[in-house]
Amino acid sequence: MNDKIRTYIMENILLGSADHPIADDDSFLEKGIIDSTGILELVAFVEDEFAIEVEDEELIPDNFDSIGKLAAYTEMKIGG
Amino acid sequence: MLLQEFLENTSSRLPEKTALVAGRSRLTWSQVEARANRLARALTAAGVGYGDRVVVLMDNSPETVISIFGILKADAVFVVLNPTIKTDKLAYILDNCRASALITHSGKWTTAGGPAASAGSLRAVVVAGDTEEPEAFLREKSPSLIMLSWNDAAENGDDSIPPRRAIDIDLASLIYTSGTTGNPKGVMLTHRNMVSASTSITTYLENVEDDIILSVLPLSFDYGLYQAIMAAQFGGTLVLEKSFLFPFAVIDLMKKERVTGFPIVPTMSAMLLQIEKLREMSFPDLRYLTNTAAALPVSHILGLQEIFPDAAIYSMYGLTECKRVSYLPPFELGTRPTSVGKGMPNEQVYLVDEDDNVITDPDTPGELVVRGANVMKGYWELPEETARMLRPGPYPWEKVLYTGDLFKMDAEGYLYFVSRKDDIIKSRGEKVSPKEVESALYEIPDIVEAAVVGVEDGILGQAVKAFVVLKEGSTLTEKEILAWCMRHLEDFMVPKTVEFMDSLPKTSSGKITKKGLGQEMKKG
Repeated sequence: MNDKIRTYIMENILLGSADHPIADDDSFLEKGIIDSTGILELVAFVEDEFAIEVEDEELIPDNFDSIGKLAAYTEMKIGG
Repeated sequence: MLLQEFLENTSSRLPEKTALVAGRSRLTWSQVEARANRLARALTAAGVGYGDRVVVLMDNSPETVISIFGILKADAVFVVLNPTIKTDKLAYILDNCRASALITHSGKWTTAGGPAASAGSLRAVVVAGDTEEPEAFLREKSPSLIMLSWNDAAENGDDSIPPRRAIDIDLASLIYTSGTTGNPKGVMLTHRNMVSASTSITTYLENVEDDIILSVLPLSFDYGLYQAIMAAQFGGTLVLEKSFLFPFAVIDLMKKERVTGFPIVPTMSAMLLQIEKLREMSFPDLRYLTNTAAALPVSHILGLQEIFPDAAIYSMYGLTECKRVSYLPPFELGTRPTSVGKGMPNEQVYLVDEDDNVITDPDTPGELVVRGANVMKGYWELPEETARMLRPGPYPWEKVLYTGDLFKMDAEGYLYFVSRKDDIIKSRGEKVSPKEVESALYEIPDIVEAAVVGVEDGILGQAVKAFVVLKEGSTLTEKEILAWCMRHLEDFMVPKTVEFMDSLPKTSSGKITKKGLGQEMKKG
């Protein structure tokens, strides 16, 4: 799960421009990894890829601000 | 009056009132004042002198606001840069304004380290956050530089107001904006310019000390910067967020902090309108929303009124060169939703035709001219560009600002935006110079020709679109081009799409023309 998300971000949002792979706990916000249009792409990706639906109020840093958090959130959604 | 007196007056009037909220940190006005005084003393001791430029590269944070006032208190000029700036541009600006100090955060060190070590004018670097790596790096690369940690510079030492030499016609800030030539240019603003603009804006917004402003706009962008200046002037509270990445989290914060004022750009309103849940929520504390940078589409206005029925919506227009030009009183929004209003208090505006005659007939398009104490003093060391924008006014001693924007004015004096005279793109509310993006594209060896235009976009206002012609046999992909742009341009300048062409349309003299490209896009 973490690697799938990482690969998507590295290839489709950062388009291969990052010098190093993003770590699981790198904050997207703090490190400026993703901008506000990128986050919408990321939402669309997890919705399609993992067949879940992201509610408006779930789009918060606790769920989306790092690869680790997003993977945990997605697994919780799939399980729930 | 000097700009830092806003802070000094508020700190002595309301010392214990919350000034800044950012993440877990909350500072009172007297804490901001004490830190700014210490920072000023540290900068002076490190060799920053009267009129010197000090560059700030940090995310939206209390440190950025403290730096702005600390620099002013050191009799110096603050230059706040976009937190997503890249190494080349940072190096250009440090060199262009001959900065004597740089204030940054360890999180920005991969961008800031190289230029800091090589900028010839730099005497001191202040680093917030973890200073170990920057310290080791500078000791090796540039041992003569004075390196201070934020803690040493702002958290300890004498916190009384330092002696001052500056007067209100001295330079307070350089704000770098995109220029048509491709290189950024520094808009020169004096203390008087900024005090005047802030006073006009807080007057028409009817700000009071109970106001709590939530800003996600970067402090490098004049619209974001003035939220801090205005809060210091009227003694309100400023809640700072680094970005609008998580709109719902920002909305949550807005409710929790009982925010009364929310400055936005059309990109943000487009994102807000997508959140269905907002229509079920209520925002009893929110007194006003402001919008500038580009006119709000009428559909956005209606949507925002539905979500925030109790808030007044101010439609505004401005440019960095004079900060703000006009505002539409909220009660006029229903009758003239597409207008950006009239000149703000203590400012005059009029339209001129191509022969520089003042237009008196209503609804006739002409270039907007601005008169007021808020009008900049020029572009830093660019006399020719300055002379194009600032021209003689009614009095022999004054200069008025030719905005380069075409407007119409109705019979009652309300302004309606028509178009820009140059090809500057406005994306996410920020100005993008096509030339700057094209220069980055031309650095890719496989690109033979490039043209960059703005295309309409529901979220961004205008999206940056690049048309390129590749060398024969090249296998360069759109992704590779965009990745290059991400490494070399600030976020808001990176094209959204790239279209490959066999050739670009040319004028009879062989120059690339974008006219055809624009029309094609309208159809598409």
